[in-house]
Amino acid sequence: MAYKLIGKNFTPPDIESKVTGAAKYAEDFRTDGMVHLKIFASPMPHAKIKSIDISKAKSMPGVVGVLLPTEVKQPKDAGHAILSNYPVYVGQPIVAVAAETEQQAQDAVDKIRVDMEPLAFCIDPLESLKPSGPDANQGGNVANRKGVKLQKIKWSGKDFAIAGDDKLPMGKAATEWKYGDVEGGFKKAKLVLEESFVSSANAHHAMEPRSAAAYWANGKCHVYGSTQSSSFAVPSLAKYIGIKPGQLNLVTEFCGGGFGGKAYSYPLMALPALMSKKLNGRPVMMRVSRGEEFLNGMARAAFQGWVKIGFAENGRILAVDSFVVQDNGATTGFWDYQNFGDAISIVFQPESMRFRGIPVLTNTPPKGAQRGPGENQTANIMEPIIEKAAKKLGMDSLALRLANVPGRGGDSAKIGAKQGPVTSAYLREALETGAKKFNYDARKKKAGKQANGKIRAVGIGEAYHAAGYNGWDGMVRITPDGKLHVHTGVGNLGTYSYAATSRVAAEVLGYDWNNVIIERGGSLKAMPFNIGQFGSNTSFTMTRTNYAAGMDAKNKLLEIGAIMMGGKADDYELKNEKVVAKKGSKSITFAQAAKKAIELGGKYSAKEVDKDLKGLTKMAAKMIAGTGLIGVAKDKLPKKGTVPALSAAFIEIELDPETGNVDILDHLLISDVGQVLHPQGLEAQIRGGAVMGFGLAATERYIYDPAYGRPNAKGFYQAKPPSYLDVPLKTDAGWVENVADKQNPVGAKGVGEPIQGAASSAYLAAVSNALDGHLFNRVPVVADMIVNVAAKMPQSNKPLQINCQ
Amino acid sequence: MSDVMHSFDLYQPTNLDEAAKLLKSHGKKAWILAGGKDSFDWFKDRYKRPEAVIDISKIKGLNGISEKADYVSIGALTTLTDIEESALIEKHFPILSQAAGRVASPQIRNAGTLGGNVSQDTRCTYYRDGFPCYRAGGNTCYANTPTAMNREHALFEASRCVAVTPSDTGTALVALDATMMISRDGKTRSVPAEKFFIGPAIDITRMTVLEKGDILTEIRIPKKWAGSKQYFEKIADRNTWDFALISVAMVAKVDGGKVTDVRMSCGGVQCTPRRMTNVEDLMKGEKPGKELETLAKRVAANGAKALNYNQFKIPLMGNLAARAIRSLA
Repeated sequence: MAYKLIGKNFTPPDIESKVTGAAKYAEDFRTDGMVHLKIFASPMPHAKIKSIDISKAKSMPGVVGVLLPTEVKQPKDAGHAILSNYPVYVGQPIVAVAAETEQQAQDAVDKIRVDMEPLAFCIDPLESLKPSGPDANQGGNVANRKGVKLQKIKWSGKDFAIAGDDKLPMGKAATEWKYGDVEGGFKKAKLVLEESFVSSANAHHAMEPRSAAAYWANGKCHVYGSTQSSSFAVPSLAKYIGIKPGQLNLVTEFCGGGFGGKAYSYPLMALPALMSKKLNGRPVMMRVSRGEEFLNGMARAAFQGWVKIGFAENGRILAVDSFVVQDNGATTGFWDYQNFGDAISIVFQPESMRFRGIPVLTNTPPKGAQRGPGENQTANIMEPIIEKAAKKLGMDSLALRLANVPGRGGDSAKIGAKQGPVTSAYLREALETGAKKFNYDARKKKAGKQANGKIRAVGIGEAYHAAGYNGWDGMVRITPDGKLHVHTGVGNLGTYSYAATSRVAAEVLGYDWNNVIIERGGSLKAMPFNIGQFGSNTSFTMTRTNYAAGMDAKNKLLEIGAIMMGGKADDYELKNEKVVAKKGSKSITFAQAAKKAIELGGKYSAKEVDKDLKGLTKMAAKMIAGTGLIGVAKDKLPKKGTVPALSAAFIEIELDPETGNVDILDHLLISDVGQVLHPQGLEAQIRGGAVMGFGLAATERYIYDPAYGRPNAKGFYQAKPPSYLDVPLKTDAGWVENVADKQNPVGAKGVGEPIQGAASSAYLAAVSNALDGHLFNRVPVVADMIVNVAAKMPQSNKPLQINCQ
Repeated sequence: MSDVMHSFDLYQPTNLDEAAKLLKSHGKKAWILAGGKDSFDWFKDRYKRPEAVIDISKIKGLNGISEKADYVSIGALTTLTDIEESALIEKHFPILSQAAGRVASPQIRNAGTLGGNVSQDTRCTYYRDGFPCYRAGGNTCYANTPTAMNREHALFEASRCVAVTPSDTGTALVALDATMMISRDGKTRSVPAEKFFIGPAIDITRMTVLEKGDILTEIRIPKKWAGSKQYFEKIADRNTWDFALISVAMVAKVDGGKVTDVRMSCGGVQCTPRRMTNVEDLMKGEKPGKELETLAKRVAANGAKALNYNQFKIPLMGNLAARAIRSLA
């Protein structure tokens, strides 16, 4: 379909401020009388607090307030406290101090004395599952925010003894599902592979730590926070603060990286507001340090797992059995482990499958969603195994993948336990397109030891993430100057998709993009209630909401045309920002229509709105009611099935067996994203996601000392996210052409998460190929592991050891 | 972790005499600040809280590279970027250019000095995280327990402490047989680079011979090795902003196809840059080639004692020695 704006490059309005440094992040907030907050954090991984002595801290120069855990609401079970009276990880905030200067606040924190009784702690889920193993929480050792209440589950000593050191023990699961005849599938299989594995945790390492500032005025709380989402963060933050959503003005204009760790609000964001309340509304700034960000900034959940796969002679996967033990961190965490099952089921379409999993609490930082939570761990484990299977079956590994992937639109594709439908799927096409563009066959022929002693290898990766929702609200406003204001509450994660999706409303109304203003970044901007900017959903979800709002405005323009010029709405059309009669020469400008809408009131100027709109949308509509022609509507377009974002990656590496160093020579990633909204933005996302993926696969470290329960890699230089010198200067990005998703009004689907997993799993598959099919069954694969293999030495870590690299 | 420095008095002397007086008057409470790349980490974490910080960056005459009759002089305040970009250093001592260019990141190299790079404290994560270890004045090494995470730690010369030198340039300077010029109370003494770095057996609380009151002013590199065959390689997890898992630096003279003289040092394997004398002895009088490489791999790490997670450094050390030899072919 020919579009005026969709699929075209443009410059998002906030780029200039980011490039010039004019963009104001939460930490840039300044005002007269502002005080600074610092935190006393737990030095122990698990402890009972016997007493807190703040007497010396209170009398330190400049101190204006101290906030104790007893003054904030304590969560039940394994909830995440704002200030905790029962610390469950090193670095957990216990007491907050506010002072005139930041230095005074820290000086006072240094004077706080907390008498703590150390409790047994746990940093290895399998240890906790042993009959006499430690529990990370006194209420139990198993919990997850998706369907698993805090409880105690222990496996038998026999479970562990049978498994031995090399294989995952498998006792009672907390989550379990199955479809098809799994045992029958294994019996029919020509090849059955069985592997135990470990996938490491990863801190989010957002460049902008989760600093926040807050003040109160006239009964309203104003918070400057760092979050991926705007309106979606409001209700949960209001709840943390203890107010109604309507009492909160949340300013979220920019977000310096989130990756899921700032999906919406989080406990720490509420702390300045609670301190400010205690100080009668005085502005409070909480600047979070890099170390504090590591400890409180969430992390991807680690896995200890097992998978058994049965292949037919032609490579078709007949059966999968799997078990994932998730390191859930200290709180209810995220459901990565459950996504393991979904990801395998969609990418490989096994004829039968069983999934079992258990989320085990550990005294490590709270785990949260991180780009492709669960799905990307799955890709990293599965793709090297696919390489092994191809070798054993004597097949090319691309052919093996093609024997299984969903494609040709995905009409027959199924996902998950219930084997539900998907809205569209073109992973096959992504692989085929990529293989051709990458010259996969030719490169594969060149693989092997080179004259320089290095080993060249190619690898393929595939990954998935659910990428779209429905039922959310959109709102646009045409003001009497004729301009279109697209109100969006989605957030500004950094992908500019808030802008790309706003263009749909402009497209529907035929606007010149220069006449469009995006209203975003804070409650005072009248944001409709949108789902947050996470889960790769924005492209799909927000195009629908903006389409709905645009269509509502369009209908109202046509109706006003009929009111002002006579006849019926059907007699008119929109052209060049005018309502124009289909026959004859009568027309009114959008500016005139907006003035008329104000005069008419009612639904035209949002004095009356659809009762199906969400509460925050109704509040936002009320804020702008009477200021123009308002299009405000709930997305009621039909949707059936899961929206899958799918990516395929191709990589060529050179591995140096003497040093363990791996050079990425070339990388190409092809995504199935439906209709592309913003080509330049998509390319940038693909490249950035791939870089993050290489970190996941090769460089990032997450280490806890088992004797002390403390992290050994907090800072950037210790945790090692990849730099631009660790990746090729140029990598290729592409997408499957002409594959509009039929369940989206402009054909768009999400994109963000599987990019990372496809890139990282391709890298790991290539490393495995370079080492003659050696399976590490561990992510990341770092230099020392490669040196050990090349030197024919055992690895230093135990097979299922966790939080050790 | 707080990211908020403690209060201290800042002094900015403009000559060495003033600095010496300040250091003397403040004694153990003084701290020398140059580029600040190591100091600020300690201060922001509040694990080191000196009362008097003596910023020597304003002292004239401690910055710059100049060629003398039989050595090249580098002021201690010369930035790593200036060393990396110096044509003179590149011409005579390419391993120092390369080592300087592999330190940290461009931003850090722009501010960080050569003096600071060789004087910096170890990066042992336990010590840096405020554990009361031997080096911090306590009575335990937390990095050498049965379960300690010590992938980056020492293979050699551990004495209660298993920390390693973090200095990339130090490895090159030891190979180059540099001399460190140290000022104290208006007097200057010289110390060979190899003796400048000290291990825990000598003093567990220091990484160098520098004591309170000493100022490293200049590094002199003898021209003996100018124009020799040189090799430097640093293995790290990342290509920037990372400390060496292992680095190797070599200077060698080859005549008639045989090695006539050689110095080789290795970083990341003990508290000081380690002279690889086993490999040097092996190489002298021999022809570089496969056999020599194989033998170097065999002897390079003799005497190494692996900890829980650093056994990989043993083959890696041999491999780097072999690669250095290969560069002579």
